[in-house]
Parts: sequence; C-alpha cells; structure tokens
Amino acid sequence: MEGQLAHIGAGLAAIGSGAAAIGVGNVAGNYLAGALRNPSAAASQTATLFIGIAFAEALGIFSFLVALLLMFAV
Amino acid sequence: MASEAHGAETGGLVFHPMDQFIVKPLFGGDTIHWYTVTNVTLWMALSVVAVIGLMVLGTRRRAVVPSRSQSIGELAYGFVYKMVEDVAGKDAIKFFPYIMTLFMFIVMANFLGLLPMSFATTSHFAVTIVLALMVFLTVTIVGFVKNGAGFLGLFWVSSAPLALRPVLALIEIISYFVRPVSHSIRLAGNIMAGHAVLKVFAGFAAIAVVSPLSVVAITAMYGLEVLVAFIQAYVFTILTCVYLKDALHPSH
Repeated sequence: MEGQLAHIGAGLAAIGSGAAAIGVGNVAGNYLAGALRNPSAAASQTATLFIGIAFAEALGIFSFLVALLLMFAV
Repeated sequence: MASEAHGAETGGLVFHPMDQFIVKPLFGGDTIHWYTVTNVTLWMALSVVAVIGLMVLGTRRRAVVPSRSQSIGELAYGFVYKMVEDVAGKDAIKFFPYIMTLFMFIVMANFLGLLPMSFATTSHFAVTIVLALMVFLTVTIVGFVKNGAGFLGLFWVSSAPLALRPVLALIEIISYFVRPVSHSIRLAGNIMAGHAVLKVFAGFAAIAVVSPLSVVAITAMYGLEVLVAFIQAYVFTILTCVYLKDALHPSH
C-alpha cells in the first residue's frame, strides 16, 4: 500500500515539470516578443535568456528529483 | 534492487530505464573502494583525455589557417573568454582557466555520455555536486578575501526599505546556500532525465506496432539531447560567472 502511495506521489510530482514548462515558456516567449520589437538589442540578452531559463527549469528538475526519490528511495 | 527484479520477470528486450546509471567495477569484484576503476571513472578519464586531445594536440601546430580541431579549440576558447568577460567583468579574467576547465570537462562528459554504450558521468549527482561545491567554495573564499566583511553586503539589500532588509537578508542567505544544490542538480537532473527518456523510447521499440514511431522519437530526442548537452554545460559555466561576479562586486 505504501509503495503504491509513493507511486501516486511520484505522479503528482510530475505536475511540477508542467509548471516548469510554463515558466520556461514565459521566459522564452517574452524574450522573443522583446527581441522582435528591438532586434538590435536581442543578441546582447541571450545570456540573460539562458540564465532565466536555467532558474525556471531548476525548480522543475527539483520536482523530477522528488519523483525519483519517491520511486526508488522510499 | 528493483531493476534486477524487473529483468527477471520480463527478460528479453524489456529493461529498466534507470539501469544505465548503475556504477560497476570494470575489473570484477563487488566492493567499490575509492581507488576502484569503475565505468564512471573510466568515462571521466576519457573526457579529460578528449579535452587534452582537442586543446593541446589540436592546437599544437598553431597554424595561421587552422585545421578543423584547431578551429574548434579556438572557437571554444573565444566563446568562454567572451562569456567570462561579459558576465563576470574584466577583473574576473584571472579565473578564466578554471571556468574554461569546467566548461570543457562538462561539455566533453556530456557529449561522450551520448555515445551509444557509453556512460554519462554527469548524470550522477556525486560528480556534479563535487563540481558545484568547488565553485561554491571558490566563490565564497574569493568573496571574503577580496572584500573582507564587505562580502556580507551581498545579503544586506541597501536599496530596500530598512524594515524589509532583515527579511530580505534571510531570503538572500537561503538562496545563497541553495546555490550549490540547484547548480549541481540542474546539470545531473537534465542529463539523467534525457538519458532515461531515450531508454524509455528504446523500450517501446520492442513492440512491433509502435516501433517505427519509437525509432523516430529516439532520433528526435537524441537531437534534443545533443542540444541539451551543450546548453547545460553553457548554463553551468555562465552561472559560475554570475556567482563570481557576485563575489567580486557584492554590492546590491
């Protein structure tokens, strides 16, 4: 029973990757919107884009980690 | 372990997607000591050899018209140099060798991990946590050596209202100490998730109805993983540069 509950929890933790997807999409979409308005400034902001994506993505990876822990460590 | 039970039940082409991350001693024996040669240490050594091969042997001739390996080496050097200069500032250039080493090692380990039958060393938290802790310690020590107690100004947001500052200081301190965790887990989690997804699709290839779809999916995912392997190395190094900038100029 407990093992099955852990599997349900792992599935629920996978919702976190969807939330991270929203965050990453937000960052990339806003970057593209800004870049199309001012293409000359776009190239100088790619580093910021990747930092933003990395920070948004890290939290999704945390939920993946929680899912892994529930699947294999609990 | 759960994986052996899976293999025994089903056998054949069905395998557990996490089996690829099991650390095995290469020359027999069951116990792993610190000096045991395992598949992790072998592939880490191979990535170091690959970096040396590219950067030392590739640029040995110093031709004016570069060969292919020399131009890749020059490209990587210029790329990282510009990143350090742009993100961390001119006075961070003396840390360029360290950051270049980090980048080349991670990018090589990621790419070698993508070879069929190889082992993705950066998918192990033990590997990336060592890299991230080294960055964390370096940055903290550099911050205190360069600025003395002024480094604590990183946590004291002087532009915020006075009443808010203790709260912000608490948040800043927590976020500072979570840095090595997120720094390492981002790299290992991305690589591990990508390789696990590849293996999941490979498992579907055994079912005749979906196997063409599965082969297409593996090809597409593999292309994405090549991109991710580079981007994660880039993100790791650029975050190192950001942390270094915080250490050199801690004022908010």
